[in-house]
Amino acid sequence: MINAVGREIPEEVLKATGKEPFKGAYAYDNYEYTKAAPKARTMMDPKRSKMVESIHEALVKCEIKDGMTISFHHHFREGDYVVNMVMEEIHNMGIKNLTICASSLGKANDPIVAYIEDGTIVGIQSSGVRGKIGEAISTGKLKDLAIMRSHGGRVRAVESGEVQIDIAFIGAPTCDEYGNMRANGGKSDCGVLSYAMVDAQYANRVVAITDCLVPFPNIPASISMTNVDFVCVVDEIGNPAKIATGAAKPTTDVRKIMMADYCTQFVINTPYFKDGFSYQTGVGGASIASTISLGKIMEERGIRMGLGLGGITTPMCDLLAKGLVNKLVDTQDFDMGAIESIKTNPNHIEISASEYADPFNKGAYVNKLDFVILASLEVDVNFNCNVVVGSDGMITGAQGGHPDTAAGAKCTIVIAPLLQGRIPAICSNVTTVTTPGETVDVVITDYGIAINPRRQDLIACMKDVKLPFCTIEELRDKAYAIVGEPSPVQFGDRVVGVIEGRDGTIMDVVREIKEYEFRD
Amino acid sequence: MEVKKAAMAGTLESSDAQVTVEPGNGTIELSIESSVIHQFGKQIKAVVLDTLGRLDVESAKITVVDKGALDCTLKARVECAVYRSNDVIENLPWGGVIK
Amino acid sequence: MSHPNKKRLRRSMMFLNCQKPGLIKDPYIYNPDSIMLDLEDAVAESQKDAARYSLFHALQEIDYRGVERVVRINGLDTPHWKEDIRVCVAGGADTIRIAKTECAQDVHTVEEHVLAAEKEFGRPEGSTLLMAALESCNGVLHALEVCKSSDRLIGIALSGGDYTKDLQTVITGTGVELMGARQQMIIAARAAGVQCWDTVFTNLDDMESFEKETRMIKMMGFDGKSLVNPRQIAVVHQIFTPTQKEIIFSEKVVKEIDEKKALGIGVFTVDGKMIDIAFYDGAKRTIALAKASGVYEGDL
Repeated sequence: MINAVGREIPEEVLKATGKEPFKGAYAYDNYEYTKAAPKARTMMDPKRSKMVESIHEALVKCEIKDGMTISFHHHFREGDYVVNMVMEEIHNMGIKNLTICASSLGKANDPIVAYIEDGTIVGIQSSGVRGKIGEAISTGKLKDLAIMRSHGGRVRAVESGEVQIDIAFIGAPTCDEYGNMRANGGKSDCGVLSYAMVDAQYANRVVAITDCLVPFPNIPASISMTNVDFVCVVDEIGNPAKIATGAAKPTTDVRKIMMADYCTQFVINTPYFKDGFSYQTGVGGASIASTISLGKIMEERGIRMGLGLGGITTPMCDLLAKGLVNKLVDTQDFDMGAIESIKTNPNHIEISASEYADPFNKGAYVNKLDFVILASLEVDVNFNCNVVVGSDGMITGAQGGHPDTAAGAKCTIVIAPLLQGRIPAICSNVTTVTTPGETVDVVITDYGIAINPRRQDLIACMKDVKLPFCTIEELRDKAYAIVGEPSPVQFGDRVVGVIEGRDGTIMDVVREIKEYEFRD
Repeated sequence: MEVKKAAMAGTLESSDAQVTVEPGNGTIELSIESSVIHQFGKQIKAVVLDTLGRLDVESAKITVVDKGALDCTLKARVECAVYRSNDVIENLPWGGVIK
Repeated sequence: MSHPNKKRLRRSMMFLNCQKPGLIKDPYIYNPDSIMLDLEDAVAESQKDAARYSLFHALQEIDYRGVERVVRINGLDTPHWKEDIRVCVAGGADTIRIAKTECAQDVHTVEEHVLAAEKEFGRPEGSTLLMAALESCNGVLHALEVCKSSDRLIGIALSGGDYTKDLQTVITGTGVELMGARQQMIIAARAAGVQCWDTVFTNLDDMESFEKETRMIKMMGFDGKSLVNPRQIAVVHQIFTPTQKEIIFSEKVVKEIDEKKALGIGVFTVDGKMIDIAFYDGAKRTIALAKASGVYEGDL
């Protein structure tokens, strides 16, 4: 069946998953559903302790068994030790057929590939996967379909009961013996625990894992004791150097600076750029450079940002510190500057992933965005974006908040250099659709800027603005004139993964990768 | 032109290609490895074969390790390797068989 | 009739290593006036041949979108320069930058080979322009004869690194060691009616000093500067962009002179300043520069 972004979704995938094909970015607006609820265990006896001696004991007490679904968060990013630690123990116990439902998985989790290969893990549900796990899925090693969900989509899946987490393992920089968890004050601070909040609320069993046990009560808690079954102290939950890197030096790459300047010029010429505007940006060099250049103009014109949202980096915190932002609302911290800021600045506030981006709650922050500045591996002439599958067909990225913020923001801007080596970023067809083009308004490249024809209002705003505007087809043609027209990736037949729309429909499928064959 | 001895040109940097030529056994034996093989494998092969054809190379073992080079770079690396295998570095036929 | 591009705008002339495909594939994105594809110092001795194939195909197949394509060839004291000239001409380079030019004879020698190559490859005779880099005390002292050496010669460029070695000093950052050469060269270039470019500034972490140096050489009369990184281009262009005040004044000067000339008036005032025909060329240059910089919206 062809879905609303023109992708063929095989019947057997629809049947196997029970999902609908994607019908449009707002098809589920005002949709009524019943929320799921976990099976909880009471804690009435004050003499009973939540403390366990080891991960092993926690697993035993949680009654781990074959076929369960377990969850993790990715706030420790490339410094995470929790996933590998728990999976090693589960593997040693001989448990099989598990599904991992993680907010994301990165290269730090490469060691779990061995458990995919031996059948310990059969399912992966994640924002995305990088490194060896991505390769394992793309080469067909995972038994079940991998499911890629946006951050908001994951919350929806959990809340709606599409996925029931049996045990949530939550790494916490600090925790007390009764399970109050905080993201700061320990040796592996990660700033916020936003992604884990929904797991704590909806998982049947919740295990806090910390390397810094603090006196009771550890408050204000990001995750409350009321949702926590067990507390386990380990030597290290992560590598602090990789959890939070120092603030990236502003880029000196002229191409990125040029695209950032285009972006800033675009932003300030829209009607949304006025006192109190809301804004989110990513962590790429061009995004950060555009935050910096936008800050200068805000200062000059005396325009303040009402809301700064999202994954937070130092440049956004600098704007907050300068008084150019009213509230910085945070679901993930990318560097030391951001972690420092949330510890000290009362206007820098932690929120849950549900508040951030969930399409199935009663209103998320993303819906209040004026601007979001995103990156993309590929954008096609219908403005569909691909942020998960590399142009070589390998799963290599994550949806993150890409589709959520794009759907929410009034003005969604994607910045991408036209060419990455020989690979054109603007193409006729993206390898895989993650973010539907109807939610993407502007694409900024080093070769020119294309506004989505659906946004005639923005096109009108830019009539007298001196920027290198052109059509998206012209951008593609410029790229193809330089590198040649790319052939589509030669995939195998087997579907190995599903790109889920944020509302739970199927946006696209990912097929098994296959060795390239020269065909004459 | 004959490939008289093994010769190499190019690097493994991004946007470049490393081309090795070795004397052949009467045919063109071509192996291509590329970071963009799915998108451009066909085009890379065609450019390498065309270039060899222009240089009148009929017997050689060619190894291309491509890192996303454009056609103009692929041609340059193939030509350079072939001429190096003949120790020719001057009075080249620019605009003739090199084009 | 000299070459139509002889006096084109050349504020920014950016060096690029011919041996690096990633660098030469789309430098026009940065909008330099000229790129200088380097066969000389940037290319290792063992890769001189390889760089030429890359150069040839780049010149033939990459659309540099109107950016002038200068090629820096190896010095006349090397075994490489003759083949360098052949490939430049065959590929259709706009201009050849002669490294280590010592005297007019060096330009003549290159010119002779360029002419031969133009004949060999069927290019129009005289189509390949030349520029000379002066890199020694001897070269700097011969600036005037070099500037006057050939109709193909668009101008001279200072190469400060080699020159200061010859002078037995170093680049100090004060500019004092280059002052004599800069003065000598710009005077010679103007006397001969050709262009003149300043040397590179290599410390990319010190954009402030780069800016200061660029302002200084603009005040001295230079046409532009050799650059080593795209980060430097916008700075140079900004400094060489006339101010609105300068543009308005120049516009008035040009218009008034055109008008008064018809009435037979030779001297008059614009904004309280005495103006005569001697201001005409300068004012025209300012307007041309403003147009090139994209800041001129008038009707001249």
